[in-house]
Amino acid sequence: MSGTWITTRAWLLMLPLLIVMIAVIGWPLLDTVRLSFTDAKLVGTEGTFVGIDNYAKVLGGSNFQRALVTTTWFAVISVTAEMVIGVLAALLLNQQFRGRTALRALMILPWALPTVVNATLWRLIYNPEYGALNAALTQIGLIDSYRSWLGEPGSALTALIVADCWKNFPLVALIALAALQGVPRDITAASLVDGAGPINRFRYVIMPYLAGPLLVALVLRTIEAFKVFDLVWVMTRGGPANSTRTLSILVYQEAFSFQRAGSGASLALIVTLLVTVLAVAYAALVRKAAGAT
Amino acid sequence: MERQAPLFTAFIYASALLLAAVILAPVLWLFIMSISSAADLSAKPLNWWPDEIDLSRYGVLLSTLENSAGAAFVASLLNSLKVAGMATLAAIAVAIPSAWAVSRTPAVSWSLYAVIATYMLPPVALAVPLYMGLATLGLLNSVFGLALVYLTILAPFTTWLLKSGFDAIPKEIESAAMIDGARLDQILRIITLPLAAPVMATSALFAFLLAWDEFFYALLFTSDLRAKTLTVAIADLAGGRVSDYGLIATAGVLAALPPVLIGLVMQKALISGLTSGGVKG
Repeated sequence: MSGTWITTRAWLLMLPLLIVMIAVIGWPLLDTVRLSFTDAKLVGTEGTFVGIDNYAKVLGGSNFQRALVTTTWFAVISVTAEMVIGVLAALLLNQQFRGRTALRALMILPWALPTVVNATLWRLIYNPEYGALNAALTQIGLIDSYRSWLGEPGSALTALIVADCWKNFPLVALIALAALQGVPRDITAASLVDGAGPINRFRYVIMPYLAGPLLVALVLRTIEAFKVFDLVWVMTRGGPANSTRTLSILVYQEAFSFQRAGSGASLALIVTLLVTVLAVAYAALVRKAAGAT
Repeated sequence: MERQAPLFTAFIYASALLLAAVILAPVLWLFIMSISSAADLSAKPLNWWPDEIDLSRYGVLLSTLENSAGAAFVASLLNSLKVAGMATLAAIAVAIPSAWAVSRTPAVSWSLYAVIATYMLPPVALAVPLYMGLATLGLLNSVFGLALVYLTILAPFTTWLLKSGFDAIPKEIESAAMIDGARLDQILRIITLPLAAPVMATSALFAFLLAWDEFFYALLFTSDLRAKTLTVAIADLAGGRVSDYGLIATAGVLAALPPVLIGLVMQKALISGLTSGGVKG
C-alpha cells in the first residue's frame, strides 16, 4: 500500500473526532474571539463591533487584577503544598511497614471523591455554627469561640486551599510512589555502601527518577488550579467581599450573572492566554529536564 | 535490607497513622453526619458519634414520592447516569478509529498533540458560544445537549488514553492478518479491539468518572429536574437553606459512592493509567 493512501485513510478514520472537535471546541473558541470584540449580551442583542474596548476595560479594571492575584496565590500555595506533602507521603508509602497496602488503597479515596462533594464536605466542616473544625479546635482549647472560617476575608482563601490540598495531594503521592518503585534496588544499596546520608541519597539517587513524573504532575496540577471554579463556587461563590473570587468565577459572573457576553468573552480569552503561556513554559521546562537526565 | 533502628520504625508507624487519619477523618465525618440525628449534629459540644444511628435520610433521598426531596435527588442521579453514560459511549466511539489511526500512522501523529492541547482550555473560553448554540438548537436543559458538551472534555482525553493502549499492541499481528487478506474492519474487529479491551474499559471508566464529576457546564446549561445532574443538585443543597446538614452529607455520600467503589476496585488499572500518562508526558 502506498504512503499517501495510508495517510488519507488515517484522516478518514479521524474524521468523526475532527468533526466533533470542530463542533464543540473549534467553533465555540472562534466565536468567543468574535464576541470579545462586540458588546453582545448573553440573550437578545447580537451586539456591535467595539474594537478592543472590552480588553482595555478588563485589563485596566481592578476586578481582573485582584482576581489574577487571588488565583495566582491559590495556585502557587496549594500546588506547592500538594507537591511537598505528596512526595513526603510517597516516601513513607515506599517504606516497609504493616498495613502499607491498605494505606495505599486509601489514597485513592480523596481522588475519587467528586470535587463538588469534596467542596460540600469542607463547607460543612468549616460551618460557623455546627462545624467539626470549630468543635474540634474548641474542645482541644485552641480557640475560645466559634469562628466563621469561610465568612471572614482573612481566612476564606486559606480554607479553600486546605480543601484543595486534601483532595489533590494523594494523586501526587501515587504518581511519585510509582516513580519511586522504579528506582533500582542496587543503586540505593550502592549509595548506602558509599556512605551517602538520607538527604544526599534523596537529592542525588532518588530525585533523578522522580523529577520527570513530578514535573508533569506539577504542570497538570498548576493548570487545573489556575482554572479552579467548582470548589470556589460551592464553598464561597467568590466571597466574602470577593476575597476568593478567582478568574473563572469572575468570567462566570461577567458573562452569565451580568449577561455581558462580550466582555465576558474577552476576559475568558485573557484567562486562556495565561493558561497557554503557563502550559508552554512548563512544556519547555519538561523537555529541558528530560534532556538533562 | 539494612536493619532499621527502633526509633526509625516508630517514626514510620507514627507517620503512617497520621497519614491515615488525615485521609480518613473528613470522609468518615461525612458518613457520620449522614447517620447522626439533627440534634446530635447541632449539639454543643458536638457529638462525634451519634447516640442512635439514624438511617432515615437515605430513605428520604432515595424515595420516589412525587415532589419530595427524594424525587429531585433520584431525578438528578438518573440524569447524571444518562449524561455520563451517553457522553462516554460517544467519546469512545469517536476515539477508537482516531486513536488507532494516530497510533499506526506516524505522519498524522502531530494531530494528537493538537487534540491534547485543547484539554488545557479553560471551559470558560467555550461557555458563552456553547450556551448560545445550545439555546439555538433547543438543547439547553437537556441531557442530550449536556452530553454533547461533555465531549469537549471526554473526546481528547479518551483518544489520548486509547492511543497509548494501541501503541502497546504490536503492529506485526495486524500486518500478518493483512497479508492473509483480511480487510481493515475485520482486523480491527477480530484482532485489535479484543486485545485493546482492557485499555478501552479503563478509558471508559475514566471518562465516566470525569463526566460524573463535571460541574461547570452542568451548572450553566441545566435548570430543572429534566436535566440537572447530581453535582448541581448537591451544590444547590449545600448553598440553599437546608437546615439539616445530615441530609446534605447523605447526598454527598450517595454521589461519592459510585466513583469511590470504582476507584477502589479498579485501583491498579487507574494508577497505571494515571502514571503512564504521567511518565510519558
